Amino acid sequence: MMRISTSWLNDYVDISDENLRELADKITNAGVNVETVEEYNTPNLVVGQILEIEDHPDSDHLHVCKVDVKDEVLQVVCGAQNLKKNMMVIVSKVGCVLPGDFEIKKSTIRGVESCGMLCALSELGLEEDTPENHAKGIHELPADALIGTNPYNYLGLDDVIFNLDLNPNREADCTNHIGFAYETASVLGKGVEMPEIKSHPIDDSVKDELEVDVITDNCPMYNARKVKNVVIKESPDFIRERLTNCGMRSINNVVDISNYIMLEYGQPLHFFDADKLGQTILVRMAEKGEKIVTLDGVERSLTGEDIVITDGVKPICIAGVMGGANSGIDDNTKNVVIESAIFEPLCIRYTSKRLDLKSEASRRYEHGLNYEYTMEAIDRACYLLEKYADAEVLSDTITYDIVDKTPKIAEVTLSEINTLLGLDMTLDDVEDAFINLQFPFEVKGEKFIVTIPNRRNDVSIKEDLIEEVGRLYGYQHITSKMPSLAIKRGEYVGLVGLRKSISKRLRSLSLNETRTYTLISPEMDSKFGYDRKMSIPLLRPMSSDKSIVRQSIVASLLGVYEYNVARKVKDINVYEIANVYSNVDEEDTKLAILMSGDYISNVWQGVKVKVDFYVLKGIVSNLLDYLGYQGRYSFVPSSEISDMHPGATAVINVDNREIGFLGRVHPSVCKKEVYVLEISIMKLADKKTRPFKFKELNRYPSIVKDVAFVMEDKMSSSEVEKEIRRASGKLLSKIEVFDVYKGENVKEDEKSIAYSLTFEDETRTLTTEEVNDLFNKVIDEVCAKLKLRIRN
Amino acid sequence: MNEKVETLKKELKEKLEKISSLAELGAVKAEFLGKKGKITELSSMIKDLSPMEKKDFGKLLNEIKTFAEDLVQEKQELIETMIMNDKLESERIDVTLPGTTIKCGSPNMLEGMIEDLEELFLNMGYDVVEGPEVEKDLYNFELLNLPKGHPARDAQDTFYLKDDELLLRSQTSPVQIRTMLANEGKSHIRIICPGKTYRRDDDDATHSHQFTQMEGLLIDEGISLADLKGTFDVIAKHLFGQDVETRFRSSFYPFTEPSVELDVSCFNCGNKGCSICKNTGWITVGGAGMVHPKVLANCGYDPEKVSGFAFGFGVERLAMLKYGVTDVRTFYLNDLRNNSDRKDV
Repeated sequence: MMRISTSWLNDYVDISDENLRELADKITNAGVNVETVEEYNTPNLVVGQILEIEDHPDSDHLHVCKVDVKDEVLQVVCGAQNLKKNMMVIVSKVGCVLPGDFEIKKSTIRGVESCGMLCALSELGLEEDTPENHAKGIHELPADALIGTNPYNYLGLDDVIFNLDLNPNREADCTNHIGFAYETASVLGKGVEMPEIKSHPIDDSVKDELEVDVITDNCPMYNARKVKNVVIKESPDFIRERLTNCGMRSINNVVDISNYIMLEYGQPLHFFDADKLGQTILVRMAEKGEKIVTLDGVERSLTGEDIVITDGVKPICIAGVMGGANSGIDDNTKNVVIESAIFEPLCIRYTSKRLDLKSEASRRYEHGLNYEYTMEAIDRACYLLEKYADAEVLSDTITYDIVDKTPKIAEVTLSEINTLLGLDMTLDDVEDAFINLQFPFEVKGEKFIVTIPNRRNDVSIKEDLIEEVGRLYGYQHITSKMPSLAIKRGEYVGLVGLRKSISKRLRSLSLNETRTYTLISPEMDSKFGYDRKMSIPLLRPMSSDKSIVRQSIVASLLGVYEYNVARKVKDINVYEIANVYSNVDEEDTKLAILMSGDYISNVWQGVKVKVDFYVLKGIVSNLLDYLGYQGRYSFVPSSEISDMHPGATAVINVDNREIGFLGRVHPSVCKKEVYVLEISIMKLADKKTRPFKFKELNRYPSIVKDVAFVMEDKMSSSEVEKEIRRASGKLLSKIEVFDVYKGENVKEDEKSIAYSLTFEDETRTLTTEEVNDLFNKVIDEVCAKLKLRIRN
Repeated sequence: MNEKVETLKKELKEKLEKISSLAELGAVKAEFLGKKGKITELSSMIKDLSPMEKKDFGKLLNEIKTFAEDLVQEKQELIETMIMNDKLESERIDVTLPGTTIKCGSPNMLEGMIEDLEELFLNMGYDVVEGPEVEKDLYNFELLNLPKGHPARDAQDTFYLKDDELLLRSQTSPVQIRTMLANEGKSHIRIICPGKTYRRDDDDATHSHQFTQMEGLLIDEGISLADLKGTFDVIAKHLFGQDVETRFRSSFYPFTEPSVELDVSCFNCGNKGCSICKNTGWITVGGAGMVHPKVLANCGYDPEKVSGFAFGFGVERLAMLKYGVTDVRTFYLNDLRNNSDRKDV
C-alpha cells in the first residue's frame, strides 16, 4: 500500500481542477490501482459562528447559543465553558453522524429546543476523549474560517489521500510523488514540473573533508554531500502534515527531510552525523560474523551477503536497511553527511529478509532506483536543509558511479500494436500515447523507436510498449471476438476423466464429496498405516497442524466425521478424491470413502439401511462394475492394517493386484461403527478395461438349485464359492448367497451359508437328470474337500 | 298371466332392494333366473296355450327375462362399485407425511463450480489438463519469468519442501508450462487447468493457505487481446447472467504482457454500487493477459510466429460471489448440513 497526498501531488502536476474521485477512477482504469480515496468530509458538519450566548433558564452550566451556519441561524444548547461571542466553531447540524454512529437529532434540553451540536475535537474522533481534552471545551477555528464550509479545511485535514494498491512492476516508479505525478500526467495529458533543487553552497568543499571508497560491485552508485551547522527543530507544517498524511511519523526537521525526499523522489537518503562519522566512508561487503548495533538498539550479526557502510574500520550502517546507532542524527547533531546511493536490489532483499527488517527504504532499494533521481535527490536535500534547517551547504558532491547509462531503446510497429491488442489504432493515436507517457520517440514509417525513461524500470521490450500504449488508449475500445480455431470438443486428459466418472457414480450412490486440506499434522499422518511410504514434511511450516503433505486422505475424512458428529449430524457418507504425495515427489491419486450411521432411512416408517461393511463393499463393487472391472476384483481379509478392525477389514485386488483397502475403523480410534475405504486410482487405471459389447441373452432355460452348507465360523464364503465353481464346471452360470444362519442344528462355532446355484448352457436345454447329477456331485465334492456338511 | 308377470317383477324389485352383497345377489338371481327359477318356470306354462296366445306369451316371457337380467346386472354393478369404494376408503393414506429420503450425494461447492466451468470450456474445445501439486521451482516460477529474487515472488509466499527446488505449487500456471514443453512448440494449445494451490497465508474469512485456481491457455497464430475479451465475455455471461458487462483493467503478471484484470459489472446492484462491488459497480473476478514472449520462448514457442492468451480465476472467489458464501473456510469445513442437492451447485 502506498499513500499519495493529492495536495503534494499538485506540486508536480496540476490537478487543482480535477474531481479527485473521477481522477482516481481514471488512473485505476489505466493500470495503477487507486484502491481507496480518503477524504475528510462529513455531511452536515460545517463552520459556524456564535452570534449570541444566553444562560439556559433552567440550568446553571448550560448555555443557549444562536449560531450562524450560513443558510440559517440555529439555536443550540451547549455545556462548554469556553464559549465566546463571534467565536468560529465546528457545528454538527441535524442529520450529521459523528464517530460511534452518533446521529445529531433535533432535541429539547430542559425545555429549550436545540438544533445541533458544537463540537470538540474528541467528538470528531481527532483527539482522545480524556478529561484534559474534555476540559478544553469546544474547538475554536481561526477567525477567517468561512462560515458554512468544511471545517476540516481549517484542521490541516483538507488533503485527499489516494491509497495505491501497487502491482510489483510499478513499485519502483509509483512509490513516490514525482513518479506518480508522471502517471497522473500521462492519464490527463499534462506536463510534470520538477521541484527546486538549487541551494547556495559555501566555498568549503566536501572533498576536503570526506573521502569515499566503494570496494564492492553491489553498490553501483554512491553520492555524498555535506552540510554544516544545522539547527534541529520541528519541521514546518507542510512537511509534518504531508509525512503524517502519507503514514510517516514526524521526528525533527532534519530526519523529516530525508523521509520527505524519499516520498518525493523514491530515493532513500541516509544522514550521518558527520562528527561521529569521521572523514572516511568505505562501502564493502560485511565480513561473516561482523557485528553492528542498529538505530533500534539491537545488535545484529552480519554475513558476507550484506553490504555495509563503514568508517574505514567498523560498520556504521547496514546499507539500504538500517543505520547504526553510532553514527545517526541526534538532537545535538551539527554537521550532516548525506548519502544518496544505489545498492544491488537482490542484496537488500536478502539482507532485509534475513534480518526481518523491512522498511520504507529497503522496499524502494529492492525495486530498483533511477540513477537520475539519486543525483537530484541529494541536491534537493541540500536545498531543503538550507531552507528549513538553516544548514550551510558545502560545495561539490563526492560521486562514485559505475552505473551503465546506455539509453534503453525499444522498437514497435503500429501493426504489431494492433495485432496484439486486437485494436485499430492510427499512427496519431500511438503518438499521442507516447507523448502523454513522456517517452521520447522517433517515428520511421510505421515504426516507433522509443527511448524508455529511467524512471520506468518495468518497461524494456516491445510488448511492454504495447501494453503502455494499450492501457493509455483504453482497453474499452477493444471489440470482443472469438478466436477463429477449428471446432472440436475438448477432452479430459490423463486421469481426470476417470476421476469424473468415479465422482458421478459415488454421488448417485448418495455419497457427498468433501474437500479437505492437503497439509496435515504429524498425528494425522501417523494414522492408518496402509501402504506407508516416506512422508514429505514442509521445510518451514506455519504451524504443526499443517506441516506434512498427506499420503492418505482417510485421516482427513475422519476429521470431517468428527466435525459433523459434533454438530449432531448422524448419517455421514462422504468421499474425496485427491492427489497425495510421498517419497520426495511421488504422486498418487487416491479415492477415500467414509460411511457411518444410516445409508437410507425413513424414520416414521421404520425403514432403515444401517451402514456396515457390506454396504461399503456393495458401493465399491457397484463402482468397479460401473467402471468396467466386473468379475476382475476380489476382497481378501486383512488384519494387519493399523487403526483398522482386524476382523472387519479387507484389501481389494483388481486382477490380483492390490489397489487399496476397506473395513471398519478400529474401535480404539472410533467407538461408533465407522467404515472407510481408500484405493489408488492410479493403480486402478493401470488395469485397462475393454469397451462395452452387447451380449445376447441365453435362449435356453436355466435350472436353479439351492444348498446350505454348515461350516466352521472362520471359514470364508469365498473359499466355499471357489470350490463350488471348481466342482460345477462351465454349466454353472451364477452363485448367489441367499441366507447366512446361526442357531438350531448349527453348533456354537459354526455357521450355515445357503447358496443358490444357476445352471445353464448356451447351446441346448439341460435335462433335470443331468443337473441333479451334477448338483449332487458338487455337494459331495465340496463337503469332502472342505469338510462341510449340508444343513437340512 | 300379465298379472302374474307383474307380480314377479314387483317381487324381484323388492328383493333386490333389500340386498347389499354379491352372495345375496347370487341367491336372488338363482331364485328368479336359475334353472328352476320363478321366471324360468313360467315358460313351462307355454305348452297349455293356443298358438295365438303362445306368440303373445313368448313375447311377454322375453320381456320379463330381459327386464330381470338388466335389473340384476344393474344391482351387481352397484354392489361392485360399493365394494370398490369401501376398499379405496380403507386404503386411504396421509399424503402429507414425509417421503422416504433417497438423496444423491452433492459435489463439494468448489468442485461443482469447476465442473460447471469445465463443461463450458470442453464445449469451446479446451482440454482439461491437470498437473502435480508438488512442483519444481523451475516450473512454478523460473520458466514463468519469475527468476529467483524477483519481487513478484513476494506476492506468492510459497511452501517449500526442498530449498529452491521443490515446493507446493503457488499457482496452476506450471501446468501451462508443462503442456507447452510437452508440445515442443509444434502445435496450437487450448487447455484449462483447474487445481489446488498453496500459499503461506493464515486462514481467515478471506484467506486460505490452500485454495483453488482455474487457469486457461490458448496459443495459436494471430491471437489478440480481442480474442481474450470475447472468450471472457462468454465465461462472464455463463457465470453471472446474460446481462453482465465486462471490462479489462490494466494490471501486471510476470508471465503475461500486456496483463489485465477481468472485471464484470456488479450483478448484485447492476452497476449502481453496493457492498459487494465496494461501490465501484465492478467486481474483479480474475486476471489474464497475452502470454509473455519470454514464457513462449522458454517453452519452445517462437513469439514472432505465435501468440496466446492466458487467464486465471480463483475458484473460491467465484463460488463466494456466485453462491453468496462469505467465509472461505466454509468450503473446507465440509459441514454436511450445508449440502444442497441442487443441480446448479
